This record gives sequence, C-alpha cells and structure tokens, in this order.
Amino acid sequence: MKYAEILHRCFRCGYCKLPGNYMDFNCPAYAAFRFETYSPGGRMWLLRAWLDHRLEPSRRFQEILYSCTACRNCVEQCALPKIKDELLLAFTAGKEKLVGDGKVPPAVRDCLTSLQKYGNPYGISRKKRVNWALDADVDMFSDHNYLFFPGDVGAFDSRGQEIARSVATLLTRLGISIGILGEREVSDGNEANAMGESELFRMLAEENIAHFNKLKVKRIIALSPHGFNTLKNEYPALGGTYQVFHYTQILSSKLGKLSFKDKLSKVRVTYHDPCYLGRHNWEYGAARKVLAAMPGVEIREMDRSMQDALCCGGGGGNIFTDIIGNGPESPARDRAVEALNSGAEILAVSCPTCAVMLADAVKSNNMDDRITVKEVSEIVNARLNGPK
Amino acid sequence: MGKIYEILVEIVGPEFVSDFPEEKYIYSMDPGTMPACEPDFVVMPGSTEEVQKILQAANAQRVPVVPLGAGLVLSGLSRPLKGGIVLDMKRMNRIVEINKLSRYALVEAGTSQGMLQAHLKKHFPDLKHSAPDAPPPATIAGNVCIHGSGHMSHAGGFHSDMLNGLEVVLPTGEVVRIGSCAISSYWNARAPLPDLSGLFLGWAGTTGVITKLAIKLYPNYPLNDVGVFVCEDASLVPDILYRITGTQMAEDVTAWMTPKPDWAAGFLHCNVNYGAKTKNELIWKRNLIRAAVENYIDDKTGGFLPLPGPMKQRFLEVPARQLALFADVRKGGGFEYVGAIMPVELFPEAYALGLDIADKLGVSYSMGCRIIGLNHSMMFFYAYAFNRADPEDIARAQHALEATNKRVVDMGGVPWKAEAPAQQEIIGKMDPNMFEMMRRVRSMLDPNGIMNPGNWEVN
Repeated sequence: MKYAEILHRCFRCGYCKLPGNYMDFNCPAYAAFRFETYSPGGRMWLLRAWLDHRLEPSRRFQEILYSCTACRNCVEQCALPKIKDELLLAFTAGKEKLVGDGKVPPAVRDCLTSLQKYGNPYGISRKKRVNWALDADVDMFSDHNYLFFPGDVGAFDSRGQEIARSVATLLTRLGISIGILGEREVSDGNEANAMGESELFRMLAEENIAHFNKLKVKRIIALSPHGFNTLKNEYPALGGTYQVFHYTQILSSKLGKLSFKDKLSKVRVTYHDPCYLGRHNWEYGAARKVLAAMPGVEIREMDRSMQDALCCGGGGGNIFTDIIGNGPESPARDRAVEALNSGAEILAVSCPTCAVMLADAVKSNNMDDRITVKEVSEIVNARLNGPK
Repeated sequence: MGKIYEILVEIVGPEFVSDFPEEKYIYSMDPGTMPACEPDFVVMPGSTEEVQKILQAANAQRVPVVPLGAGLVLSGLSRPLKGGIVLDMKRMNRIVEINKLSRYALVEAGTSQGMLQAHLKKHFPDLKHSAPDAPPPATIAGNVCIHGSGHMSHAGGFHSDMLNGLEVVLPTGEVVRIGSCAISSYWNARAPLPDLSGLFLGWAGTTGVITKLAIKLYPNYPLNDVGVFVCEDASLVPDILYRITGTQMAEDVTAWMTPKPDWAAGFLHCNVNYGAKTKNELIWKRNLIRAAVENYIDDKTGGFLPLPGPMKQRFLEVPARQLALFADVRKGGGFEYVGAIMPVELFPEAYALGLDIADKLGVSYSMGCRIIGLNHSMMFFYAYAFNRADPEDIARAQHALEATNKRVVDMGGVPWKAEAPAQQEIIGKMDPNMFEMMRRVRSMLDPNGIMNPGNWEVN
C-alpha cells in the first residue's frame, strides 16, 4: 500500500479532530460516530494493523475508511509537518487496497458500478445528462470561450439541476460565452478517485479529456468544487491541461457588470466553505466577494469558517453512499445548527453537494422556517436588475 | 457477558456500543509503551443517568469498567487490564455553566481542554482556565483526575487544587455531589464540607466515574510575555526558581533541557510566563522578575535569552503544539514520559539521573519540569521517544521508563499517573497503612471490584 511508511508515525495527538480554534470536533466522520476508530489517527492505526495482519478488512473496517469525506481538515491541523500532507493520500491508498481486494461496502460497490456502467454515480442513462439544460439557454460547446461543466450532482440531482441552471443563466446574463458537452460528458471522476478507484478515475478522466481536446477546449468553468479540483489538479497528469475556474471565481471577477435592484430588503447570510474549494484549493475569497457586493447583504461568519469550516459530510462519495448518514450528530446537521447560531437567515453555498446535504439537514433539524440554504448565484439572480 | 451487550444497547443505543474488533483494537492501547489489553465493549454514554445505569448493570454482573477521557494519559491507565467495558466519556461534553464573577466553569466530564478554551475565548474573553500542554482534545476531567498541571499552575497549583466540586457515579450506581454543589446550586468551593473529592483524584478511575466537575478560572490578560532564563549549572536552578517564584509575578514557570537543537544542548532553560492588563504593568512585572535573579546576571552565571519573535510566539502558545513534534523524533510516532512529583531541591539530582539513563540506554530524551505553586513542588518529566514500528525501540523506551521510575522513587519523588509497573514501585515504598486504607476505601466504594481493576493493586 502506498504511504504505508507513514502510518505508524501518527502519535494520535488528536489535533486532526479539531478546527484551529479547538471549539468542537471538525473531522466529520469522528463527529458523527465518536469512536476513536473514526478519527484520522484511528484510521492510521487501523490501516497499520490491517497491513500487519492484526485486523481483517471487515465490513466495519471498510465503513470506517469510507466514512472519510476527504475534507482535508486532518491535513490542515496535523501537528507533524513531515507527514501531514500525506494523511489523506494514505487514506485513499487504503481504500485503493480495499478496492483491489474486492472488500468495499455495498453502497460503495454500487456507486462505483454505476460510474463504470453509466458514467455517473446515479445509475441514470447518459442521455439524460443534458436534461438539466433543457430549460436553460445553454448551447452545446463549439467555439465558446468556456466549457461549462456541471458535474454529476449538477446534471442529475434535482436540486443540483436547479443550481446548474441558475449558474448557467447568470453566466449567460453576464455575457460569458459558455457551452456544454451534454451527454458526451461523464463524471469528472473526483469521487471515484477519492473512493480509491484510481483506474476508473483514469478511464472517466480520459473520456472527458478526449472530448475536451477534440473540441479544443481551453477554459472550463466547473459548477462543483469537486469537479473544479479534479479538472484543475488531476487532469493535467493525464494529458488534459486547461484553465479551470470555479464559477464563483468568474462571478467575482465580473462584479462590475452586475446591477442590483435599488430597494432590497436586508438579509443576513452566512457562507459555508466547500472543502474542495477551500482546504483543497485555498479559494476562500471569491464567493464572499460576490456576496459582499450585493446591497443589503450582511455576512455573518460561522465559528468554523474558511480553513476551519466543518465539512457537510458529502465528500469522498458520501453523498451517494450515505455511510455517514443523517443522524442527529451528522456533520451536516451540526453545520446547519452552526449556521443558524451565526444569526443568518440564509446559508449560502457554492457547491451542489453541500446544497443537497445542508438542505436535508435543515429539514431534519426542523429549521426550515428559520434558515434557508441557497446557492450563491440564486442569491445574486434574485437581487439582480440585469447586466449593466 | 453475553447479556451485558443487550443491556448496554438498551441504555445508550446500538450506535454507541461496540464489540467490533476495530474498536476493541484501538481502545486496547494508548500512544505510550504499555502493552495492549482488549476491552470486551466500548460504550459512549450521553448522560449521567446513562452512566448510572451502565454501572448498575456492570456491578450486578461484575463486569470491569474503565472510564476514558481522550486517551492521552500515555501511561496506559485507561487500558482495560482485565477486559470489560471502556467507558468513552467524550459524548458528555457540554459546558454547563460559566460563573464569571466567581470565576468557575462547570463542565461535563467529556469536555475537552480545547472546547473550554474556545468557549471562554468567544464568550468570556477575560477568563481562562489552566490548560495543560496535552493536546486540546484532552479532557478537563481526565487531567484533574490525574493531578495534572498547566499554564496557571504556578499561580494555582495542581489542576486538582483548582477543583471546586464533582458529580460522581459510584461503582454501585449512586450519584454523589461533592463540594458546595452538594447543598447549593453553586459550584464555587470544596470547603468547608468534609472534602470527599480526594476519593476520586489520583485513583486512576478505580473508585467511580466523574460525570461533572467545576474548575477555577483565572484572569486572561490581553498582554502576555515570556522570559527564558538560561544557565549551565543545574545546582543553581532550585535557587533561581525560588527567586523567580518568590516574586509571584508569573502564571507559569517551567524548565526544559534537550540535546536538540544544538544551540540548546547543555543549557538549562527556565521559562517564566506572565501577563498584564497594561504595558506598564507588563514592564513592571518583567523588571521584578529580572531583579529577582539579577545576582546571577551580574556574575554572568546566567541571563535571559534574547527571543526571536517566532520562538516567543511558540513559548506563548497554549497548548504548545510543538511538543507533539517530539513523537516524530525517532520517525516512529511514539513518546512516553515519567512525570515525577518531587521537591524543587531535587532538581540537580533529577537532571543528572535523566542524563545518566539516556546515556546508558541510548534513548532520545527531553527533560524539564513545571513548577507547582510558589516552588511548593515540581513535576519533573523525562520524555523518551520511540519508533512504534520497532519492537526493540519500544522495549528500550519501556526499559528507560522503568529505570527512571525506580530511581525517581529511590530519590524521594513520586511517579505521576504511574503505569501499572510504576504503581508497584510506589506501593513497595508506600506507608503500608496508607495502602491498607486505600484498599479499605476502595472495597467500601467498589465492593465487587469492577472499577479499572489491575490498578493500585499488589501484583
């Protein structure tokens, strides 16, 4: 197993469980399950024990590994500079070994099978990938300036589709030339990679790259931070080098073109940093810049924000496998409470996965009358006069 | 034993009981050198009532129970030496009350040092508690139970001295309140009632399960500074510490000696941390501390180290994150230490002992001490790093720890949070009537011997 040599070097001091201000647990799996086994240090020691034949890769073992959401909080907080950057890579390597040994939880197996058969984790026909755009004024990519990449959640989840349409509409209103791949697009592969299926990831990525290159794509706007991450950081090694942007980065650079309504009610908004935009790619400013530019919007920061943000629990494929679940101590429900406690009426997100997870959490917490989860472009669109 | 699983599930719910091999493996050991001992179950209660029911069931079936905070004691005290239930308390982590004017915090036993620190910083920024240098997930209850010490120990003594009151579940299931909280809604003092808190402090979880506790809080000054007094002669250190602590200006006084980095080798460093409300007050305190050791500065046997900004920041950081780096000295994720409670006058002898053992056994070491009270005592530590992947290296560290414990006891010190073997060293030297009294107290509180058996017993 790759990175096996660092596993025993973890002291299990536990900084990895916490945010920088120590206020609560910040490892989503540990916060949800509370057993030490689910902490990053626990996973390190379990992996070592497995490699040393002291533990079998039982169903419990598999679920412990797959409850990791790849949020990177442990990397951010680890006290050992010589191993911290490899923590998440070691967990992924552990999953990769489980995949290789055919020892993955059924939900993971089903998700990976769907990705292989249908090119998406939902097991829906590829032809329906374009359905989100049927009501939107978006063309198939030809000689557009940007390829708009909605990703799996944006293309197939009903809430994700709303967000994809909202973002595409706003980009178009701003005069940005975007086109889509439609049914030729397959999963960006970020979740396959995080679930340890590196070969499947390579296959998916190469299929996308073939289309991108054939169409001479130069610039990509990703809807999902997950897609943004993998298109930007993983595709170049496979021959797919493009200028990749998250849509909030584009919006933040076009603020001067936006004209907002004069009479707008004041609203308190808190912003939830998605892991793949924040801790994975150090982008904390773009969405905040967009929100702050709107008259009447007051930004309330949560106690855990930016590099300390609590993950919604959907990463690492958990939105599809539901291994973390939606119990009272689930990270999404904890995050929804934190958002409400900030005094905000709107919990703003810039990731369709976070949008789905947090909206469910708000409902489960019976908080829907006090706080609403909205995606950044939806907030903008609702307050927009139109382009200048 | 079969039936107890169903009972535990009924009490806390299936999601908080485990008899899976994974939990049994992880909870069988802590990060130190002590060998693994597997529990039969790991259970996470969410309330005092649940703890009560668990203890009633365990007592009825004579199943051992081992309470666990963050599992960071390093000396293996929360390993279930005779199996049974490990009671992981971390779900009980509510901060119940901060009494600002009486400067105390009432917390559940699973509350971490970090959580309280963050809560005070946000809601009561002019208050702080005495945080140990353990990582922030360490629990407040765990540290009080072991007579821990921390960043206010010069001003306030051991963390057990800062205890105002306890809620405890006895091994037979009764819930007991100790201190002012026994007759009042206030948790402000242990006095003037008979002080029963001692029945649960230093006992390594062998007398009951603490579920709530109140601890003293202290002023959190906006301005903080640290001076590092350095000398090369260990025999001078007790007097240096006596003079510095005599000013009563500091909050925390510690000493440290390490062969790495090279610039620190051979020197004895005394850190003096202090705070103030104003710059003038800070300067005044600095001058008083400096004046206390001026004779050593004048005759050039010692002096204050000029501190670069980043180094000063590291010395002011609470807890000191850099201490975790010691675990990676051998690139093996392990260290354990003997902390010995002893009088400050033994400092030179204690230092020589550490050098001797490190030299003879070839172990990577770090040494130091924290002053408790106004030089009333010190916790002198000998930390040994080891490579977790190398059984010989672990054995070497174990040997060093055992040798250190033995010689500390011979010297007149008392090993702190002693490992099971060190407990035998202590028992061997202890006044037999004290040990007999411990045995009687324990059998009175825990007639079926379910609480952390194997600790504080004659082998």
